[in-house]
Amino acid sequence: MPDLRNNRDLIAGLLFIVLGGLAVVLARDYPFGTTMRMGPGYFPTVLGVILFLFGLYVLARGLRTGEKLKGEWGWKPLVLITLSIVLFGVLLDRAGMIPASVATLFVAAAAGREFRFKEVLILAVVMTAFSVAVFLWGLKLPYPLIGSHY
Amino acid sequence: MDLLSNLALGFGVAFSLQNLVYCFAGVALGTLIGVLPGVGPLVTIAMLFPITFHLPAIPAIIMLAGIFYGAQYGGSTTSILVNLPGETASAVTCIDGYQMARQGRAGPALATAALASFFAGCVGTLLIALAGPTLGEWALKFGAAEYTSLMLMALVASAVMTQGDALKGLAMVVVGLLIGVVGVDVNSGMARYSFGIPELVDGVGFTVVAVGLFAVAEIVLNLESREPREVYSGRVTGLMPTARDIKDAAWPTLRGTAVGACFGILPGTGPALSSFATYMLEKKIARDPSRFGRGAIEGVAAPEAANNASAQTAFIPMLTLGIPATATMALMLAALTLQGIATGPQVMLEKPDLFWGLIASMWIGNCLLVVLNLPLVGLWVKLLTVPYRWLFPSIILFCSIGNYSVNNNPFDVYLVALIGVLGYVLVKLECEPAPLLLGYVLGPLLEENLRRAMLIARGDPTVFFTRPISAVFMIATVLIFVIMVLPAARAMRRRT
Repeated sequence: MPDLRNNRDLIAGLLFIVLGGLAVVLARDYPFGTTMRMGPGYFPTVLGVILFLFGLYVLARGLRTGEKLKGEWGWKPLVLITLSIVLFGVLLDRAGMIPASVATLFVAAAAGREFRFKEVLILAVVMTAFSVAVFLWGLKLPYPLIGSHY
Repeated sequence: MDLLSNLALGFGVAFSLQNLVYCFAGVALGTLIGVLPGVGPLVTIAMLFPITFHLPAIPAIIMLAGIFYGAQYGGSTTSILVNLPGETASAVTCIDGYQMARQGRAGPALATAALASFFAGCVGTLLIALAGPTLGEWALKFGAAEYTSLMLMALVASAVMTQGDALKGLAMVVVGLLIGVVGVDVNSGMARYSFGIPELVDGVGFTVVAVGLFAVAEIVLNLESREPREVYSGRVTGLMPTARDIKDAAWPTLRGTAVGACFGILPGTGPALSSFATYMLEKKIARDPSRFGRGAIEGVAAPEAANNASAQTAFIPMLTLGIPATATMALMLAALTLQGIATGPQVMLEKPDLFWGLIASMWIGNCLLVVLNLPLVGLWVKLLTVPYRWLFPSIILFCSIGNYSVNNNPFDVYLVALIGVLGYVLVKLECEPAPLLLGYVLGPLLEENLRRAMLIARGDPTVFFTRPISAVFMIATVLIFVIMVLPAARAMRRRT
């Protein structure tokens, strides 16, 4: 039994199979129509089937060659960067531009290889001021500096 | 003459104070951000796009075009000084450009790159002005079947021409097409793949896909790798190339321009392939090929001219047919669509001020690049030393604000995070994201034309082969596929 962990094409193939399969299954709710009069389900169903088949081929090739991923998965940057973006969306409406920007900058910076508190603090002050100037004053976007939107 | 009056109209539009300011702002911002290490033109455009979204159509597209050239040029600066290409198109410039910098000839290398790019840009702009209307008139004869097969050709070419694996590229196109399906179906009014979320009924926003796929995924990828970066610390002295440099660089620039202009019009090939092709050409015809890779000025001039010429001529299919040839052009097309401008052969007739204004501002943008870059090169060198740990949190912040501001809705920001995760996983699995973006942008158009073509042909798919223009595109699609995929398959069979 070959080692299947981190088999590059196996994972890619599985991903395509899942996405293609999902596309076909969900498109069953949409009228298919005929080739002459295609319904809303026709195009996505055909795409889903094609993607599924590509997935099978890529998966089979992965099993045959057994090629591995290059490097490790970067869990820490992936989670922290994703979190920092989500935080911005959550905070902007509820707490205002300044808290949202500062929070995003701090969490994103924590994803880096080194985190120097003082440096990040200065970065947060400068970039927050800059984005307030560009987006709130320059482009006149209607977000509160601090406080709720509602 | 038509051309002259059209160009006059264009320059009239572009030389208005407002548009000049936006053109300048675009070029300056594009260079500023494009020169930052690890930030390529796609990321730059994706990041700055939301700013232009709040402007009227003409200034917005002029500014975007400026950002595009600026970022492209910024990429060659990083190639020469830090040996770090912003995107694949300038990867070739690294080979000899960086060697020139190490020999203390960074100044002439930068100046050669700028002047070769400028020359190629001028030729490219002229070509657009000449070829655009002709091609546009021809394209007016296109029906739904022709558009369908043309798009199919562009998509297959983009998948097959990427560095990676052609089959995975095709799968990525399909993923992109499926993302494009999300939202209301124009024919039936039915919401597809919206999972009952009202925001998804309008479809997935294009800045969301672009930023998630290119900016976010790339940042995560940069953060996980641990390679230390060699930063050029020397000073750039003596900008001007010697008379001998100019003589050595003149012919390669011309040849690079010619090759680049041809490649730019072909769908899916883009600047990367053209710069590789000219580099190979120069090496082949050189009297002493061993100089290449050791700081030959031809190795800087030819690829830089080629990638700028093809970047310029890539606008031709995008503007006249509405079919983008590269991921960057797909971004530009999506930006135009968001501004309410339908590209295609009608754009020249219905919005001549936009079409010719854009062409004129391309030329002005290229001029500004030379004016801006050569004297300010010291500033760009300083920017190169900005550590990445300051850059990426700022990029994340701008991308978040930008995407929030397009619809004033936090949902888009969450979607950016989600697509960022998807993009990172895909790149990790060595699936190129560029074909996905092209598929996503072309998806709705492809479906619409396919459905119309089938309706007209009464469901008979042979129509794609019986109509002559369509047949040419279909045969070309098959040829591209066969030529690119078969050698790869054969090579793999030999290996295993």
